[in-house]
Amino acid sequence: MTNSIIHILLALSMPPLLLGVIGKTKAAFAGRVGAPFLQPYYDILRLLQKGTVFSTTTTWVFRAGPIVALATTAVAALLVPFGAHPAPVSFDGDMILYAYLFALGRFFTMSAALDTGSSFEGMGSAREATYSCLAEPTLFFALITLSRLSGSFSLSPMLVNISLGVWLDTGAALLLLVGGMFIVLLVENCRIPFDDPNTHLELTMIHEVMVLDHSGPAFGIIQYAAALKLFVLGAFFVHLALPYATGNPLLDWGLFIISMLELAVVIGIVESVMARLRLIRIPQLLVAATILAAFSTLLVIR
Amino acid sequence: MSFGMKTFYNGTSFPRADIPMPDNDTFFQGVLDSITAGWRVCSYFGVPNAEGATLYCIMSARSGSGVLGVVATTVGRSFPSLAALCPQLHLFEREIAEQCLTRPEGHAWLKPVRFQKPLCEGKGFWSAADGGGLLPAVMDFYRVEGDEVHEVAVGPVHAGVIEPGHFRFQCHGEEVFHLEIALGFQHRGIERALIGAPTPRTMHQMETIAGDTTVGHGQAYCMNMESLGGYFASPRAETVRGIALELERLANHTGDLGALAGDVGYLPTASFCGRIRGDFLNMTALLCGSRFSRGLLRPGGIGYDCDASIADELHKKLHSAREDLTGAVKLLWDTPSVMARLEDVGIVSEKDARDIGLVGPAARACGLNRDVRCDHPFGIFRMSQIPVVTATTCDVAARTRLRWLEAERSMDFIDEQVRHLPRGSYRNQPKEIVPDRCAVALTEGWRGEICHVALTDDRGRFERYKIVDPSFHNWNGLGLALRNQQISDFPLCNKSFNLSYCGFDL
Repeated sequence: MTNSIIHILLALSMPPLLLGVIGKTKAAFAGRVGAPFLQPYYDILRLLQKGTVFSTTTTWVFRAGPIVALATTAVAALLVPFGAHPAPVSFDGDMILYAYLFALGRFFTMSAALDTGSSFEGMGSAREATYSCLAEPTLFFALITLSRLSGSFSLSPMLVNISLGVWLDTGAALLLLVGGMFIVLLVENCRIPFDDPNTHLELTMIHEVMVLDHSGPAFGIIQYAAALKLFVLGAFFVHLALPYATGNPLLDWGLFIISMLELAVVIGIVESVMARLRLIRIPQLLVAATILAAFSTLLVIR
Repeated sequence: MSFGMKTFYNGTSFPRADIPMPDNDTFFQGVLDSITAGWRVCSYFGVPNAEGATLYCIMSARSGSGVLGVVATTVGRSFPSLAALCPQLHLFEREIAEQCLTRPEGHAWLKPVRFQKPLCEGKGFWSAADGGGLLPAVMDFYRVEGDEVHEVAVGPVHAGVIEPGHFRFQCHGEEVFHLEIALGFQHRGIERALIGAPTPRTMHQMETIAGDTTVGHGQAYCMNMESLGGYFASPRAETVRGIALELERLANHTGDLGALAGDVGYLPTASFCGRIRGDFLNMTALLCGSRFSRGLLRPGGIGYDCDASIADELHKKLHSAREDLTGAVKLLWDTPSVMARLEDVGIVSEKDARDIGLVGPAARACGLNRDVRCDHPFGIFRMSQIPVVTATTCDVAARTRLRWLEAERSMDFIDEQVRHLPRGSYRNQPKEIVPDRCAVALTEGWRGEICHVALTDDRGRFERYKIVDPSFHNWNGLGLALRNQQISDFPLCNKSFNLSYCGFDL
């Protein structure tokens, strides 16, 4: 029970901090001081206090977009175990629900974007649909591999199962998986090299361009949902990459928080040392990620 | 191949009576032949009169001779268009149609340029199209139709803090078939205001033709005033002007390198260059108290002397800025993901560049050896020349690398000049300008060739003062660079040209 409460509290409160850490890391690389760690929280609070403007050409779909995106991500947050602790909600086959909760959220974000009738947002939706299609196989190969390793169809046992021992046994497969899933993590969260969350150039955007017409609280919800998505996918990723556990519940929560912050720093470093890819090169990298994940599946199945 | 053109050198003036006025056929055939023979049009404009207009064409000979030529002719309400044969005349002819109410017959793309009122009495060709008032970007855009073809409109209000301009893309999926650019939002009527000048206000108007090219335009105006008045700036003043021109180039090239890095999402160079650009602007402020050189250039010399302590400090600051910039820019070449993003994007072939008459870094990146500092030396550049840098790959990477190589040459130049400032007065007394003369001044601003033509009337006032900003030549280059490119590469291509909206709109 205590673990479930900590799980929910962390999921609610920590996501924007990751964005703050990424921002600070990038600032450090650029030789700047950077915005405070808590800046993303201030931004979301500021947006929540504003009024909202709705275009007269939009329908309920446009208003539903941000809410569905947040709701689906929040449910997904309940399915993923954080650190060594099992998730509050867990059942056989929840991994499929996990994957398609994101798809549902994305479907509504894209529909909301199309609802505005803007050419920019149409382009953004087209790009998002293309790249998420290509990212999906990687996630499923990863789930198959993990399911094979743990003999379970539920996320909690699947992910908590990964430990140093498993790494020693099937290190090669896990390494491939870490590579593939890191690419998925970056593309799903619109980070460099796939998308630039800080750019103002609407013609180059993928995710940001789909939410251009949202304002005020709706936009605040979108930003929070995006942070939560990073957190949820990040939690999945740190299970693979940093699977340490002590057995002491409190210490394990601490370890989880530290690994999430480490992940944010790594993302910040990646964003600092490389430029964005050309949009036509992105599919190639996503196919590469799929191949990595497929090979890891091969390795554990043979 | 000068078919009786009046030839002269940059920064000189001559009586208007010396300008040959052949009949229409000789004029148009002559212009056509000259362009075919390798001459390039610097300026082509009309002075309206009751029955039509007098067209003046200023041309530059192939590099090497340093010769400029001028020729004029009188036309009625229409004249034959040469744009189909010489694409570099295309915008000039539209401008003449808009300003002088005389129609270029056979022009295939006759649309407004700045959506301005004509310089003479009468109703513009496009007044009726939008109900009387001239609103920028209210016109028929070129359209592509078919399955999966869609149109994307960007601007005039942009997400970044840039000037207003409207871009209309015809796209097939992510691929751009055609880009049409509509400007005119920044039109302030500078050329109209200059009729009857010079007044005390004129110098300030010149400094703000394009806010980032204060020295480039200021220098051209000063050269015209000096040649019309028959006086000179002292060597000391010319040297400081040269330093200021190169500082302006450095500040803008640095800013562009940073902005290009920012557009591909490469933060370190973007952040460093943003700061280093400020260092160069502050060096300009050392010279005159303004980061954008306002008040530095004055006819007859410079507004503020540059004493030894300023020169010393400039030298020191330049040294440290050079180190910082070298480090920041080296990061770009050393990062494969950045280079992969810049290479093979936004190519304008050398032939296209020559045909549409590109100038400045955009032309040099296409392998064209065009630099007013060498081709038509002016001011200090007659004594101390800067080597011309060219590149051959014609893409965004070429335009990026060219900026850095030019910045290096400019720093070498300032470094040398600032240590050997000639002695003497910094400002000579201006004299009244002479009536009935024509003066032409070309300078190499950081975007490229700036051309100012002054025609004085019988009272010694400007009957017409024609300004050609390099952006006027180059905007079409951006449109060509986007052909068959990804629409997501537009911001990068745009930044690699970094053209001026207000310099075009005047």
